[in-house]
Amino acid sequence: MAGRVLVFAEQRDGQCRKSVFEALGLAAQLGDEVHALLVGDAVASQAAELGAHGAQTVHTVEDERLARYWNEGYAAALAAAIDTVQPDLVLLIATVMGKDLLARVAARRNLAALTDCITLTENEGTFEAVKSMYGGKIFATIRAKRTPAIASLRPSAYPVPERQEAQPTVQALAVDLPAEQRARVVEVRKKEEGQIDVQEAEVIVSGGRGIKDPKNFEMIAGLAQVFGAAVGASRAAVDAGWIDHSHQVGQTGKTVSPKLYVAVGISGAIQHLAGMRTSQCILAINKDPDAPIFSIADYGIVGDLFKVVPALVAEVKKVQA
Amino acid sequence: MKIVVCMKPVPSSEARINIASDGRSIDPTDVEMVANPYDEYAVEEALRIKEARGEGEVIVLTVAAEAARSEIRKCLAMGVDRGVIVQDPALLGGDGIGTARVLAAVIRELEPELVLCGKLSIDVESDVVGIALAEYLDWPHVSLATKIEWPDGKMAKVQREIEGGAEIVEVSLPAVVTAEKGLNEPRYASLKGIMAAKRKPIEAVTPSVDAGQVGAAGAGVEIVAMNPPPARGGGKKFEGEIEEVVPQVVELLKSEAKIL
Repeated sequence: MAGRVLVFAEQRDGQCRKSVFEALGLAAQLGDEVHALLVGDAVASQAAELGAHGAQTVHTVEDERLARYWNEGYAAALAAAIDTVQPDLVLLIATVMGKDLLARVAARRNLAALTDCITLTENEGTFEAVKSMYGGKIFATIRAKRTPAIASLRPSAYPVPERQEAQPTVQALAVDLPAEQRARVVEVRKKEEGQIDVQEAEVIVSGGRGIKDPKNFEMIAGLAQVFGAAVGASRAAVDAGWIDHSHQVGQTGKTVSPKLYVAVGISGAIQHLAGMRTSQCILAINKDPDAPIFSIADYGIVGDLFKVVPALVAEVKKVQA
Repeated sequence: MKIVVCMKPVPSSEARINIASDGRSIDPTDVEMVANPYDEYAVEEALRIKEARGEGEVIVLTVAAEAARSEIRKCLAMGVDRGVIVQDPALLGGDGIGTARVLAAVIRELEPELVLCGKLSIDVESDVVGIALAEYLDWPHVSLATKIEWPDGKMAKVQREIEGGAEIVEVSLPAVVTAEKGLNEPRYASLKGIMAAKRKPIEAVTPSVDAGQVGAAGAGVEIVAMNPPPARGGGKKFEGEIEEVVPQVVELLKSEAKIL
């Protein structure tokens, strides 16, 4: 289809997310005209990077009130860009911001909404997505019954396209922002330096009930550190109050697909397995040889995790040296 | 304060999900249904707001089939004052955007100051309803709340989870707020609550909405197929001495999985 795709180029602190480039790569496959929208305060400098990854036209909406995410302001900007570009498909990343914005704008413009897509394809003018449902227990194919469609793409589902020598056309877009900021971000709190978010991590090391004590998450963090990994947790560990919910992997936590998932002292409840079974490689450490986690693990070590984990840390360090 | 909580019955997270013979829906046989866990956080928060103020009303609103009354009854047992259900077949079976239109039509009549929803329902995970509802009401929203404070009783100060941190958002009322896990710990219904719930009203309503925009007919998207997740067999399991096993596994991570 000779179509037009509009990509929302999500940025925080003036820096575009890597996944925006993934979306641009997919946009170039699906359409022959790729537009990007940059919203923020003094963000136009990002336009060149968007051009190098496939955006032919970059529309910018800049205002100091847009420096932080303001959902109604950003929605007004995206709706205005849709009205200007008249795309067949609007593409966002399934991040906190992307999901929030998609719902507002899909409702406002009555768009067919495909969310958290693992794949997104087009067939004779109809967009089809595969997405996970029931916490990963089902993979469903969803069809958009009309265009334009609006879709959010799961981060890391598509590769970043190769850089090209290309200068995009940059156009400032005039938008009537709402006069009042009814919901206004007054503060942004960042986690401690060096902590990696489970949804952005290439490697995740998770602890479960088997680690027995919240202080043993220090041991999990130690193993995570040698892999450059994020710390994850099972629901049992979160519900016991051992670690914050933002670390939870599973149906009422995050669904993840890292390159390596290390499950330490996690037996493998159905809702946990559903949330991590699409990981490329799974390593499980558990003292119970019959634990369900071993049924999906590529490598399983049956043994006392309090001995296995320190040995693993030492061995990985040795290999890396 | 009058608060409406939107609740959807969903299969329990412990449930095994089987695909029905049509290949595009789930087989409901022996599937335990519960109130969507994120909606339970919303119910709990609404009750806490009412209790802290010593006045107000909490209404639970569901767009679902008749069977949903048992999940509504559980919310009433937790302390919710009354239930409202939309069960007109023409209004069911739509997508998240259509559901938001139906909810908005009911909520306009109920005129609450605050609507609380779960951040998403753990069944089809369309992840649009609460925010689309705010759009149709022309209200502001805050999604993914992990804390709600009331500095002056009118404006809400909401902490929401974002990647690698949190945002603090001030929102004027009326507003829609969606609940993330961590907002609170939902209570169990007391025996007294369960008894009281039997006498609380559940009202069926049929809101007036444009039929072309809701239900299966108005949906922008449809499920065309459901499949189990990609198969994944068990791999190599090591049960020997740790000193021998760990180097073997690390070697495999390096040579076979190409991770190190």
